[in-house]
Amino acid sequence: MSESIFMLPDVGEGLVEAEIVAWKVAVGDVVTLNQPLVDIETAKATVELPSPYAGTVTALHGAVGDVMAVGAPLVVIETDAAASAPSAPATTPEAPASVGAGRTPVLVGYGVAEDDAVVTRRRRQAAPVAATPVTPKPDVAEASLRPARSTPPVRLYAKQHGVDLATVTGTGRDGLITRDDVERALAGAPTPTRPPVPVLTSTTRFVGREIESWSTGPLEERIPVRGVLRSMADAMVQSAFQAPHAAVWVRVEATGTVALLDSLRGRPAFAGVRLSPLTIVALAVCDAARHYPGLNSSYDAAAQEVVVRRRVNLGIAANTPRGLIVPNIKGADTLDLRAMAVSLNELVDVARAGTTTPEAMLHTTLSITNVGPFAVDGAMPILPPGTGAIIAVGQIAKRPWVVGDDVVARPTVDLSMSFDHRQIDGALASAAIAHIGRFITDPAAAIIGG
Amino acid sequence: MISDELVQLLTPEGERVSHPEYRSELGRDEILGFYRDMVIVRRLCNESTSLQRQGQLALWAPLQGQEAAQIGAGRALAPMDFSFPSYREHGVAWTRGVPPRDMLRIFRATTTGGWDPQQYRHSLPMVVLGDQTLHAVGYAMGIQRDGAEEAVMTFFGDGASSQGDVLESFVWAASFNAPVVFVLQNNQWAISEPTSLQTKIPLYHRAHGFGFPGVRVDGNDVLAMYEVAKRALDNARAGGGPTLIEAYTYRMGAHTTSDDPTRYRVDAEVEVWRHRDPIERVKALLAREFGVHKVTFDEVAAEAEQLALQLREDVLAMDAPDPTMMFDHVYAESHPLVEAGRREMIELGISGGH
Repeated sequence: MSESIFMLPDVGEGLVEAEIVAWKVAVGDVVTLNQPLVDIETAKATVELPSPYAGTVTALHGAVGDVMAVGAPLVVIETDAAASAPSAPATTPEAPASVGAGRTPVLVGYGVAEDDAVVTRRRRQAAPVAATPVTPKPDVAEASLRPARSTPPVRLYAKQHGVDLATVTGTGRDGLITRDDVERALAGAPTPTRPPVPVLTSTTRFVGREIESWSTGPLEERIPVRGVLRSMADAMVQSAFQAPHAAVWVRVEATGTVALLDSLRGRPAFAGVRLSPLTIVALAVCDAARHYPGLNSSYDAAAQEVVVRRRVNLGIAANTPRGLIVPNIKGADTLDLRAMAVSLNELVDVARAGTTTPEAMLHTTLSITNVGPFAVDGAMPILPPGTGAIIAVGQIAKRPWVVGDDVVARPTVDLSMSFDHRQIDGALASAAIAHIGRFITDPAAAIIGG
Repeated sequence: MISDELVQLLTPEGERVSHPEYRSELGRDEILGFYRDMVIVRRLCNESTSLQRQGQLALWAPLQGQEAAQIGAGRALAPMDFSFPSYREHGVAWTRGVPPRDMLRIFRATTTGGWDPQQYRHSLPMVVLGDQTLHAVGYAMGIQRDGAEEAVMTFFGDGASSQGDVLESFVWAASFNAPVVFVLQNNQWAISEPTSLQTKIPLYHRAHGFGFPGVRVDGNDVLAMYEVAKRALDNARAGGGPTLIEAYTYRMGAHTTSDDPTRYRVDAEVEVWRHRDPIERVKALLAREFGVHKVTFDEVAAEAEQLALQLREDVLAMDAPDPTMMFDHVYAESHPLVEAGRREMIELGISGGH
């Protein structure tokens, strides 16, 4: 019998790390060759790793949620030496992957650069790791054996002044220690201490992933920009720096919308259909586009043309587990109230399930971001690239409203619209938002009036 | 979804259907041979995926779902015919006699080749999308000039069908009436791009525009694939020129091990195609029509299992080559810049082995 270590392979051509999604085995389990051991998620895919050995699992490294470096030990299996593959990138336990001491055993094709030496980042330190009794961790020396990141002149400066760079927190790019950082250390600037605050240990979601709590997380956490986050960031930068944004807003009474929705709920034709103010706003926005086609336009800088589209692909900003996405309803201007409600239901369900297709996010012409459910009154959104206008809808709430000469409590809603001021001017934007406002105030009349 | 235009001789349920132009007269042994081929290449493919997931291969391109398209076409080739594959044609390589371990060498990154193309009359896997179709047409024009009674077959996918190289190869093949058979495995997905975005007409219709016949085959029906491919090859050998065969099939797995198909296609679609499995229908036919017994199927499975274990053993025993090997065949003759690169690598102390 001998122990073999299965080290996290690069399963996707040049990956450096992967997150543990689910263990399929436990310590003590007897596994066969190619039996699934663990699901991991990389930047490219979620995949199942089959066991390279037959034998008994003696250790699992890392808990669900941990991000493991490629080349780090993952599973230790006691093998019947004769029955199992002896070679492979496995090492014996006596030779733990060294840190900072050069290359760890190279898997196929890709070496492990020194900087990437075996490091395991704990995503959730609060989570009990007891479930995974671990053999001596090779990552004990995590930071100490890695030289602090700095530049030669600053290293010299620190050395001359007797500052240990290991004690300095870098504020430069990628945590680089700058001359200013060393000077602050020399000036005796207090290293930041934690103020006495309530201990918060619940995790939250941010940029499409779960992040550690204020109390349990590291002082500084770096999250790679990829996937939905990268799409969002790229789109926002592209739009913000290419399309000059301007905005208009209006507060309108929403009694008519609230009443209409109430009267429709419970009707047999709407059984199983979820109705919300967004349904009416979506109809209103499409109606505004029909009356003011310029609203449904985009500015093609390359061609030096303004593109007016007489078909609305209505983008709906959706908050999903993977992050913010803007899928659209193709041909939304052709839908009646019920069809619009059904389309919105589908769009939201698909987005929440995380199965929105790339196709569903292409060719948006006009968008809505519904911030009402977050209990805020309004927002100044950034345009999705290639569109001319986006409408933000705040929460419908009872507010003081002047009727005649009296102030009465009425449900009202704030509507705002960001638009591309290259082709849409304030007059058009104002007319369009006013049109949407009238529709919401009296949707029945607007729908009947066509 | 599958139209009347599709040549099919065996339904997903394993029932024979008649076709006005094609019929299969193969006997028990030949059909059992196809079955064995398909079971083995699927098992070897699974083992290869596992090896990749265990860090033993840099990459793998699985063929699951396309066994019939590849085995049917590959078995139709005559020994002296020449085939030009892309990177997923492990099934065709199997029919040409390429040892499975040699197919995996390039995926383990221990070589830039893997086998001697002349020995097996089968070219090396082409990763550059669609390039092999130009090589195939060039080779076909060569044997045409040699007066050889041979034909050429080349394999590519629906994604490559949008490549300029493939369309250029169609032009040359048509202009010179080259003895080449284009086998387009339409597996419905060019990585994450559906075929519906690649073409507005059935892909086999494109051949007519270039001036040679195109035919769509149920790519999950090994009998139909074999008959259509055989006729197209015979036609090419007889001077009849090129044919485009669109094998209508489905990639059951990922594009490669670096891909996650759950991000762009729905399970329901995969489920539909699971019912069109290329192996199950042949098994049903063998059992019903030829009375092939479970014992025989079990023997085939055991043989596939043994070959998978052998493949694993062979792969784990492969030595890493000296990295400077990559400079060896850049040019036929020595080149100063390449030699400078080689020297630099040696000076940096990057040498062979782990």
